[in-house]
Amino acid sequence: MKARAFDYMRPKCVQEALEAFVRADGDASYIAGGQSLVPALALRLQAPGLLIDIARLDELRGLSVAGGHLRIGATTRHCEILGSDLVREHAPLLARAAPFVAHPAIRNKGTFGGSLALADPASEFPAMALALDAIIEIASVEGSRRVGAGDFFIDLYETALQPGEIITAVYVPLASAKTRTAFDELARRRGDYAIVGAGIDAEMQGGFVERMRIAFLSVGSTPVRVGAVEAALTGRQLTPQAIRQAQDVLGTELDPVGDEHTPPEMRRHLARVLLGRLLGRLEANV
Amino acid sequence: MSGKVTISLAVNGETIEALVAPRTTLADFLRQDIQLTGTHTGCEMGVCGACLVLLDDRPVHACLMFAVQADGCAVETVEGLTHRRAIDDLQKAFHERNALQCGFCTAGMLVSAYGVLASGDELDRDSIRDALSGNYCRCTGYESIVDAIETTARLRRQHMEKEEA
Repeated sequence: MKARAFDYMRPKCVQEALEAFVRADGDASYIAGGQSLVPALALRLQAPGLLIDIARLDELRGLSVAGGHLRIGATTRHCEILGSDLVREHAPLLARAAPFVAHPAIRNKGTFGGSLALADPASEFPAMALALDAIIEIASVEGSRRVGAGDFFIDLYETALQPGEIITAVYVPLASAKTRTAFDELARRRGDYAIVGAGIDAEMQGGFVERMRIAFLSVGSTPVRVGAVEAALTGRQLTPQAIRQAQDVLGTELDPVGDEHTPPEMRRHLARVLLGRLLGRLEANV
Repeated sequence: MSGKVTISLAVNGETIEALVAPRTTLADFLRQDIQLTGTHTGCEMGVCGACLVLLDDRPVHACLMFAVQADGCAVETVEGLTHRRAIDDLQKAFHERNALQCGFCTAGMLVSAYGVLASGDELDRDSIRDALSGNYCRCTGYESIVDAIETTARLRRQHMEKEEA
């Protein structure tokens, strides 16, 4: 349970970090919060020769509003998301999901960008980035690029990030007066990995759904958007009948994974139950 | 490769300079390099919570960070909290309510409890259980630990109300 020996450096800026990775010829890892990387090193699932500590880089910090987006610096910690008035006002779905992320001590160290870069399909923030249609800003030695969350999560722990790239910030479209959100998950105990979880970001006017994005976690190898369910609800009121129909559409659209405790059929059933609850909350505006 | 690195950090208020291998976790540094063995190592993968310490006044797992990452930071262990008498009432409540048996998890429990009590949030049993969700105890069944923290929160609130009156 001890990591293999490695070298350690704390670069002064993102550019220096990127160059260090290139110099290490790929035998390096970036570390920010380290709440998933350190156990992976302790278990020797990873054994890089160099750790590049990006946790203290000012360029990667901070929450701010600019150009219709909430900018979340990549090393913003989960506890900062949880305690932020800016997040509550402009990205209420994230504020709803934050209390479900891991345990308090992990939230004190783990970072938003790190969670997206790891892309654990059972994690809350990658799925919420998808539900919010967030934009992920990525730096490499070649420069900076932006990738939509819909194109970012590719497969199990696989993202659009290329070796050596760093997430610098995530941009979330600002909530409007029409925005309604809901988040919940089903887990054996609070703080455990969810059996299934989901978040909804919607715009509603006069009881009608103008736009809705729904993303599930813990149902596959990536976070999952359910476009057919979204389409079935758009333009409609969230009546009991509409909600039941949406649950039926979900039952055919979702193709969940199974594990030793949870066969796919059980997970599909629980996803339907969860969707019904969340849509009920959207309708009641609670 | 893997040469040792000089770090400087405050541990329980005392500035310490040390030469550490980058792969040394903060937990191992505290226990083995500076003999602060109140911080326990259980799972060493961030699950059991026995190694919790305060890093810049927030509970974190000492097994989930390397000592080099704490360079320039302030670390406080259960020894520090005890010596500055920050948890006298909490320890008394744990003792009176028998909120420990083997004691292995207790240091981590106290650090979590210190953190949630210091947050100033209104505490009920659910929020206490939430705060302890990353701490394993295999002896007590948690009920007595929640009782002890709830008692401490109540007594502190009463104390504050008396001060204000």
